[in-house]
Amino acid sequence: MNRMISYENKDTPIHKLSGFTKLVFFLLWCITSAITFDTRVLVVMIIMGAMIYIISGTKWEQVSGVFAIIMFFMVLNILGIFFFSPYEGCKIYGSRTDLLHLFGNYTITSEQLFYEFNVLIKYFTVIPSIFIFLTTTDPSELAASLNRIGIPYTAAYSLEITLRYIPDVQDEFRRIKNAQEARGIEMSSKGSLLYRIKNTAVIIFPLLFSSMDRIEVVSNAMELRGFGKKKKRSWYSQKKLTAMDFATLAFIILFSIGSLVLTFADGSRFYNPFI
Amino acid sequence: MKKKFGIREVVAVGIGTALFVALTSVQVPLVVIPNTDLQPRMAVMAFFATVFGPIVGGIIGLLGHALGDAIFWGSVWWSWVIPDGIVGAIIGIFAKQYAVKDGGFTKKSSISIFNGVQIAANAIAWIAVAPALDILIYAEPVNKVFTQGAFAFLGNIIIIGILGTLIIAGYSKIAEKSNNLSLEE
Repeated sequence: MNRMISYENKDTPIHKLSGFTKLVFFLLWCITSAITFDTRVLVVMIIMGAMIYIISGTKWEQVSGVFAIIMFFMVLNILGIFFFSPYEGCKIYGSRTDLLHLFGNYTITSEQLFYEFNVLIKYFTVIPSIFIFLTTTDPSELAASLNRIGIPYTAAYSLEITLRYIPDVQDEFRRIKNAQEARGIEMSSKGSLLYRIKNTAVIIFPLLFSSMDRIEVVSNAMELRGFGKKKKRSWYSQKKLTAMDFATLAFIILFSIGSLVLTFADGSRFYNPFI
Repeated sequence: MKKKFGIREVVAVGIGTALFVALTSVQVPLVVIPNTDLQPRMAVMAFFATVFGPIVGGIIGLLGHALGDAIFWGSVWWSWVIPDGIVGAIIGIFAKQYAVKDGGFTKKSSISIFNGVQIAANAIAWIAVAPALDILIYAEPVNKVFTQGAFAFLGNIIIIGILGTLIIAGYSKIAEKSNNLSLEE
């Protein structure tokens, strides 16, 4: 089962955009979603997210595993909010409409339901953007784009190394884990906390050592090839910004500003339907 | 160290972050509250911070948490990404004190400095910064985020305190051996 989201090469308008455009889009999108609590903006963002998701041709199988886990956490979180503060919504919207009394001090109110609905869709605005960003952006092209907007190429290279080595490190982790399990070291949730931590250590330890070796090998290889000697560096996978890129950039900048203006027009980041 | 951020650091950030991300799914459950499992990846970040310093530690925390969240959970909790970077950076600031590569971390004094620093760093990150950002970004209930923060604080000091200390001490011991070659006459 593939539980990780990873890049897949396809021929869609989203794939054709430069990695730089997608990164800026993604970051502005996340910031907008983080700041606003305006239901109207969030709903528009969800609809747009769904549309981009369809255009990007991302297959459901690519992300379904991860999606199931998110849903699980989301439900826990929503219940957690209700458990800890059943009247948070009433505090925020300044009114209280009881719907159903549960027990003790717990009553379901429409304000609370609306507030938790907002929290839920707030998460849902970010999820598709991450799916799409990860499945449509070629890692090495992203590093090239980062470099072009003025981020030092050494930093861009760090990111590229990360994306390049995640699968390798995962394979290695699996190999070490299998080997240690074959030796009788159990990784299940049995035993005391200290026992479980110690069993984790027997896997992490070899992994860390091989990683330190890898750092040595890779940095020596890079040094031999003269990495870091010059101020500039050319990239094999660099894409030129096209008209489509500029249009997308202009759109997301305008969209972010527009939604923040709309959000704060009434002086609060919440949209209040209870007035 | 000739340069502050040389090739080794570039590669260390890259591979350290890859390690951090790959270990995202490895969790030792503590109690059932979202986001509060013990995370061995925190110990790995502490290790890199002590060996390579605050910049490497901080970036691994920030980038690793954001990427790991995105790839495995499909969603980035920015309010928990930033505290991770803070922990890495603070632990890294005192890198010289531990002298990991010279075998210094086998001494009791280094281990207690390290644990003092990591507890302080985690306190700042999870009891102050993370709940504050949770309230700021997600407007979540105050008592919920502080409870979550307290559990994260507890989980992280346990995992860094036990697993982190174990692996750093182990590495320090071996690093010392390879450094103590004496010249043959």
